[in-house]
Amino acid sequence: MNIHHKAVDSIPSPPAPADDHPFNPFPHSRVAVTGGTSGLGLALVRELLNRGAEVALVARGQDRVKRVVQELSDAHGIVGDVSRKEDTHPIAMQIVGALGGLDVLINNASDLGPTPLKLLGDTECEDFERALATNVLGPFRLTKALLGSLAASAREGRGAVVVNVSSDAAANAYQRWGAYGASKAALLHLSRIWDEELRLEGVRVLAIDPGDMDTPLHAAAVPDADRSTLKRPEVAARELADAVAAVLSRRVSDLDSDSDSEAIAQEAIG
Amino acid sequence: MIAANLPVQRPSNAKVLIVDRRGHIKHQARSEFVNLLRLSDVVVANDAATLPASLFGQHSRTGRQIEVRLAGRESLDEVGQFSAVVFGEGDFRTRTESRSKPPSLIPGDRLELGRLRATVARLLNHPRLILLQFEGSPQEIWEGLARHGRPVQYAHLPTPLAVWDTWTSIAGPPVAFEPPSAGFVLDWSMLASMSARKIRFGTITHAAGLSSTGDPELDAFLPFAEPYRIPRSTALMVKQAQASHGRIIAIGTTVVRALEHTAAMFGGVVPSGERLATQRLGASSKLCIVDAILSGTHERGTSHYELLRAFVDDEILGRIDQELNARDYRTHEFGDSVFLERAANRTCHSAQPFVAG
Repeated sequence: MNIHHKAVDSIPSPPAPADDHPFNPFPHSRVAVTGGTSGLGLALVRELLNRGAEVALVARGQDRVKRVVQELSDAHGIVGDVSRKEDTHPIAMQIVGALGGLDVLINNASDLGPTPLKLLGDTECEDFERALATNVLGPFRLTKALLGSLAASAREGRGAVVVNVSSDAAANAYQRWGAYGASKAALLHLSRIWDEELRLEGVRVLAIDPGDMDTPLHAAAVPDADRSTLKRPEVAARELADAVAAVLSRRVSDLDSDSDSEAIAQEAIG
Repeated sequence: MIAANLPVQRPSNAKVLIVDRRGHIKHQARSEFVNLLRLSDVVVANDAATLPASLFGQHSRTGRQIEVRLAGRESLDEVGQFSAVVFGEGDFRTRTESRSKPPSLIPGDRLELGRLRATVARLLNHPRLILLQFEGSPQEIWEGLARHGRPVQYAHLPTPLAVWDTWTSIAGPPVAFEPPSAGFVLDWSMLASMSARKIRFGTITHAAGLSSTGDPELDAFLPFAEPYRIPRSTALMVKQAQASHGRIIAIGTTVVRALEHTAAMFGGVVPSGERLATQRLGASSKLCIVDAILSGTHERGTSHYELLRAFVDDEILGRIDQELNARDYRTHEFGDSVFLERAANRTCHSAQPFVAG
């Protein structure tokens, strides 16, 4: 079956470019991407490096992390499994240690549940638990462990954004997508609640549906899909980076308008 | 006092002993800490996350088992070189005072600490205090620390601490060697309450060092020099509080050390930046910046206790000790708290900033 993706959360549009060089907030931004060795995650790592960000990627496979870092030598590779509670703080520690802080966290690592996809009645509990651990608890734990760093970035006017990669399966009930869809629905709601709670701290939490992409995860879910109809991960990565840039730009713009406090800040730092 | 032996950061029955500027003492539930704050106050906490600074391994030359506790660093970005205290066989179930000595250490000795490899660069004026040099890239060292390191453990806790037990809610850069535990009081709900009451909250990042080594000779060196960073937003808040005569409230001794160190360097003002705190604060110190401190309940003779002497005189500290004992306050990292307003006669004059050590 095909799934028909649409945005599951409202993302602000990037500001219209005034010239050929639209505002790029990423140079010196510190970004972490989970599931960063394949599919959308790898495309995001490339896109963000190209935009000048400092990027740490997280993935389970030591060999794959090593291979990606050999190719993308500016990226920091971290081996860890976000579905494991015990890995949360080691991952968080390495992210902040390597980058010196964190402005953007992209929770991209996802688990499809049972493959081939199964009706809920045929889904093993363990497969569902794994999907929940990777798609809900993992992003929750990692975000929680990194919240201090993100809030510190927000206070410094750098902006702080968490992106949880979602799916239209979070909003629509598709047969055989029970484990994945239910876990992504939980992630979507988690994102919305967290965004409400953290707004005062200056930390934004977004759930973004990148659309149907030509990725290993999609191939596992829909092996007979016509790949020519699928979005290239590079395109989805560009769109997602634009969405994050819009949020970061708004933050910078808000600060610019607060000229009084900016002037005081300048005076304070001499 | 009673040793707090459960690693619960915010027990529902946590208490705080409050001392106002005139030395009057009262008691309150710590969960109501925010009620002690006023509209123009600025609250500053240490957002350092705690490194898993305890590394077990082997002293290559002798083959003997050792524990290395990372204890200090020259800068917040330094990950290759640390000062460290070395212990012999045993673990946290033995009080540090009773732990066996490590083999004699000499410069050039190699240490195998899990995947990490290190060398004793030199001894630091004590046979068990070393300058340790890790091998490998920063990435390899971070990975080794994250995977092999364990939080420094305490004999008064029956079960080993996990890393998440030692991180405050606001933990950010992993640079502290033991938890900045005064910050355990904070949760996001409390920060939201402060924000709703227009009480400003800022952070510094201070590489809090070991609180105790169990060796009187080594403990006499404490606190070690500690690097810290004051971000721009916090510098601005401090400046605004000074201008509006708002109180600056430190969550923990490290915040006092950092803000007062900078103020002493810059004639009473606090610009942003990274610096190395080398001073000791005590009974003869005059505080230029910090008006009040929320801290743990410290025992007489510790460096933390000494710092409290900068806020109030010994007569008041004596009364505090009596109250803490009489009312069964809990002590150590997961214990109850004290909130001390600086006594009126403890203010520095900006023309004569105090620097010790």
